[in-house]
Amino acid sequence: MTTITERRAIGAPLDRRDGPQKVTGTAPYAYEYRFDDPLYLFPVQSDVARGRVSRIDASAAEALPGVVAVLTHENAPRLADTSDTELAILQAGDVAFRGQYVAAVVAETLEIARYAASLVRVSCDEEPHDVELRADRDDLYAPEMLNTGDPTDTVQGNFDREFATAAVTLDQTYTTPMEHHNPMEPHTTVALWDGSDLTLYASTQGAHQMRAMLAQVLGLGQDRVRIVAPYVGGAFGSKNLHGNTILAALAAQVVGGRPVKFALTRQQMFSGVGYRSPTIQRIRLGADSGGRLTAICHDVIGQTAKMKGFAEHAAVPTRTMYASQSRRTTHRLAALDVPVPTWMRAPGEAPGMFALESAMDEMAINCGLDPVEFRIRNEPEIDPETGLPYSSRNLVTCLLEGARRFGWADRDPHPSARQDGRWQIGTGVASSTFPVVRFPGSVARISYLGDGRFLVVIDAADIGTGAWTTLAQIAADALQADVEDIDLRIGDTRLPEASVAAGSSGTTSWGSAIFEAARTFRDSYGDSPSEGDQAEATMPENPNASNYAMHAFGACFAEARVDADTGEVRIPRMTGVFAAGKIINPKTARSQFIGGMTWGLSMALHEESLVDPRFGHVVNHDFASYHIPANADSGQFDIAWIDEEDPYVNPMGSKGIGEIGIVGTAAAIASAVYHATGIRVRDLPITPAKLLH
Amino acid sequence: MKPFRYERAENVSGAVATLARERTGEFLAGGTNLVDLMKLDIMQPDVLVDVRRLTSGEIEDLPDGGLRIGAAVTNSDLAADARVRSRYPVLSQALLSGASGQLRNLATTGGNLLQRTRCAYFYDTTTPCNKREPGTGCSALQGCNSGHAILGASPHCVATHPSDMAVAMTALDAVVRTRGPAGEREIPISDLYRLPGQEPERDTTLEHAELITAVDLPPLEFSPNSRYRKVRERASYAFALVSVAAALRVRDGVVLDTRIALGGVAHKPWRARKAEDVLRGAPAVQESFRAAADAELADAAPLRDNAYKVPLAVNVMTRTLLDLPESR
Repeated sequence: MTTITERRAIGAPLDRRDGPQKVTGTAPYAYEYRFDDPLYLFPVQSDVARGRVSRIDASAAEALPGVVAVLTHENAPRLADTSDTELAILQAGDVAFRGQYVAAVVAETLEIARYAASLVRVSCDEEPHDVELRADRDDLYAPEMLNTGDPTDTVQGNFDREFATAAVTLDQTYTTPMEHHNPMEPHTTVALWDGSDLTLYASTQGAHQMRAMLAQVLGLGQDRVRIVAPYVGGAFGSKNLHGNTILAALAAQVVGGRPVKFALTRQQMFSGVGYRSPTIQRIRLGADSGGRLTAICHDVIGQTAKMKGFAEHAAVPTRTMYASQSRRTTHRLAALDVPVPTWMRAPGEAPGMFALESAMDEMAINCGLDPVEFRIRNEPEIDPETGLPYSSRNLVTCLLEGARRFGWADRDPHPSARQDGRWQIGTGVASSTFPVVRFPGSVARISYLGDGRFLVVIDAADIGTGAWTTLAQIAADALQADVEDIDLRIGDTRLPEASVAAGSSGTTSWGSAIFEAARTFRDSYGDSPSEGDQAEATMPENPNASNYAMHAFGACFAEARVDADTGEVRIPRMTGVFAAGKIINPKTARSQFIGGMTWGLSMALHEESLVDPRFGHVVNHDFASYHIPANADSGQFDIAWIDEEDPYVNPMGSKGIGEIGIVGTAAAIASAVYHATGIRVRDLPITPAKLLH
Repeated sequence: MKPFRYERAENVSGAVATLARERTGEFLAGGTNLVDLMKLDIMQPDVLVDVRRLTSGEIEDLPDGGLRIGAAVTNSDLAADARVRSRYPVLSQALLSGASGQLRNLATTGGNLLQRTRCAYFYDTTTPCNKREPGTGCSALQGCNSGHAILGASPHCVATHPSDMAVAMTALDAVVRTRGPAGEREIPISDLYRLPGQEPERDTTLEHAELITAVDLPPLEFSPNSRYRKVRERASYAFALVSVAAALRVRDGVVLDTRIALGGVAHKPWRARKAEDVLRGAPAVQESFRAAADAELADAAPLRDNAYKVPLAVNVMTRTLLDLPESR
C-alpha cells in the first residue's frame, strides 16, 4: 500500500477548525436553520406496550387555532416500502412498543403543537406484553448472525474437556443494563417538501446512508432527496434513520411548501431512537497452574424487539483477546415488546469487555497472579480467531506503560486494605480493544482553487469527533500543502458519498478516500496544477485486509474511592494508554480518549434505564433520574498513546479512536472497587445500594 | 402545555386576592420546577400570578438573634450570606448541595420549600399516580422505588420530598410566614409539610392562594456546630438518596442538646425526634449516635428497591454527628 511518508500536518495538535463557530453559536445545527414560515411537529405516543389502535379522536386538537394537520395511521401518506417495520410510521394501527408514534400534530408554533398533541385521544385494544429479559426464558434463540456480520457462535478446541480438567477455574455471570444514548443535541429534523423534492436538515451521523434508506421508504429517487448535516451535536450510534425522521418527512409531504421542524424532547429520546441492549453474560475460564488460559467460554444473552432483530455482539472481543487452546462463544436473544435496540458507542465491546475483563481480574486472583502479569502471560502470538498475524498489537506495551505511569508496581493485591479517613481506596486495571473498521464506498473530490489552495469535498459527518480538522490535516499531507490552504466541505448529500460515522471508521474510510483522490490529483496534475483542475477517487480496497488481523488495543487503570459509610464511589484518577496507530491530531485525540473513558465511567457508576414490566416503558426517562457523570465525577485523566507504526491499516497508519477509550474502563473501575472494598459487583452500574452491607 | 394566563399584582395582598379568585392557579417565583411540571402537563394551572418581585429579597436580623429570610431571596444569595454561613452552616451547606449554580441563581426560598416530588411516576402522565391524579393508584408502590420513602409512607403514596434546604430548616425549627385569603399565619416548618396518608395530592398544609412571604430562623445557641451531609449517586447535581442535617451541643463529653432531620426518606423532611430524645444526656460517642440512629429507623418500612436506605440513613446519621466539631 502507498502510505503518507512525509507527515507535517498529521500529528500536529491543531485546534478544532470549527471551534470558533461552535463556541460563538454560528455553526448551524439542524433545528437552527432559519425559515420565514416554519411549522412545528409534536408526536403522540402510545401508552400501551402492545395492542391495536381502535379509535383516534383528534377533533379537539383539530379545532385548536394554529393546528395545521393531525396525522394518524388513517390519513398519513402511504410509504412505498414498509419492510423495515421500525420505519413503517403511521402505516397501520398496530402498537409494538410503548412510546410508539400513533399520531402527530403539525401547528404554527411548538406550543400549539404540543398542547394539541395532548388533546388527541387515542384508544387502544391492549394486548398482554412481554418486556422482561431473563436468563431462564425458554424462548431464547440464536440469531442468524451478529450485527457486525460475525457468526453468532464460535467453537475452537474442546472447551468442556479443557474446563473440566483445568487447574484453576472461574464461572461467573455479569450483567449490564439497558442504556440510552443521549447526545446533547437531541434528534432534530427540518423537513421541506416542495411538491417533488424533499430537503432535510437533519442531525445524522450518515447523510448518504440516511438518504438511501429514506428515499427507499418514501419511494423517491435518491436524486430527489437532499440531506444537510454539517454540524451534529453528538450521535453515539443513535443518529441513523429512525421513526422520527420518517415522521418529519411524512408531515412535510402533508403540509407541502412549508418546512416542518421536529426536535425530540429529552423524554422522547428514551423510546424510538435506539438503546443498548441489556446483557446477561456467563464467563467461564480455565487455566493451568502457571496461569495460562486453557479454556474460555463467553455466553451472551441480549434482547431485541419482536418487530426487528438486533444482536449485540458482546462476545466478539473474546474471540481475539487472549490465547487459549479452547474457546467457545455464543449469543442468544429474547424478542420482546420493546423498541428496537441499536448501535451504541462501542457496541459489543463495551458490555462484552466489562464481563471478560472483570473475569480476567477475578481469574488473576484465583491464579495468585498480578492482573497485569496474568494478561501478559495470555498474550496471543497471532489472532486466535482468524489465525492471521496482527498488523500491529501492542497491548502488552500499553499495560506496561500504563502500569508505570499509574504507579502500579508497589500495589498490595489484598482487597480492602487501604483507607484515607472513611474512604476505602483501591486500584484496578483492564485491557481494551476495538477493531479497525473500514466501510467501503467513500468518494472524495479535490479541486484546485489557485494560489496554492485546494477544495476538498466529501459527505463525511463530524459528530463532535474532530473530523472537520483531522480530514483537513490528512488532505494537507496527501497534497503536500498547508492545512490553512485546505478548504473542506462535509455534511451534505450533494457532496460525494461517504460512509457512515460509526465503528470508529471515519478517519480510516474518509481519510483513505481523500488520500486516494490526492494521489490521483497529483498523478494527473503534478506539482503545479491550474485553477479548476479536479480529481475524484473512491477509497480503494485494502490489499492487506485479508492478510492481517487489525485491531487497536489499550489499557485502562483506575483508582476508586468508596465511602465506607455510604457506598458512594468516586474515581479520582484514571490512566489510559492506547496503541491505535498514528494519531492524526493529538489534541482532538486526547479529547476523544477522555470522552471515551468518561463514557466508561458513566457506564460503570451511573447509567441504567429502568424498565417497569407492568407498563413496558423506561421509568427514568429524563436527566434528573438517568444519570451521566457531572464534572465533579470526572477526576484526573492521564492519557497517553504509544508511537505505533502500522503500515498495513491505511495510508495514514491510523486506527479508530472514537470508542476504544470506553472499552476497558468499566471493568477497571469495577476491579478497583473490589480492591477497595472486597465487594465484587458483577451487575452494572455500581451504585451505593450494591456496596452497603 | 395547556395555555394559561399570566397575571401580575401590585403587592402581596393583591397577588393573594388575584389567585383567590381563580379555581386553579399557582404563584410563580423562580419557576425552576413549576415550568417543567407545566410543560409535562403534570400541573395545568389556569393562571400564574407572578410574585417574584412582591415578597422580600432581603435577609434581616431579628431582635431575638434569629434571621428572617424573605421568600424571594434566591438559593444562591441565602447560601452565600455571611450570617447564614457562620450561624447556620447546615443551611448554607444544604443549599449548595442542591441543584446547579444556574438553578440556585433563579430558585427562591419560598419556591424551594414547595418543590414537588421527583418520583418518576409522578413525572409521567401515562402512569397512575395518586399525587398527580387522586384515585388512580400508586405506581411506585410495586414499581421502581429505589429512591422512595422508608418512613411515614402510606399505601397511597411512597414519594419523597426533594428539597435539601427544607431538611436543614426542619432541623433548625424554622417558621414559615404566610399571607392568605384568611390573613397571616406563622407555621412551624414541621407543620407545613404533611405525610401522604389518604391525600397524597396535598404536599403541604397551605390553603389555596396562601403565599409564603418569609421564613424565620429562630436563634439556636449551638447551630454554628451543625452540618449537612448529602449522599447521592454522583458527586453533584443529583437528588439525595439520604441526607442528614444535624446540630449538636456537647459538654464534658455528654450531649446536652441536638437537632436532627433526614432528607430522602419520607414525604416530608423528617425530623428525627426519636434520635434526639435518645441522644440528650448520652455520651457523645459513636455508640450513642448509632443507637440514636437505630431508634429513629426502627419503624422504617422499606420497599422492593430501597432497603439500602435503612443502613445508609443509620450510617450517615452516625457519621454526621461524629464529624461535628464538638464531637471530637
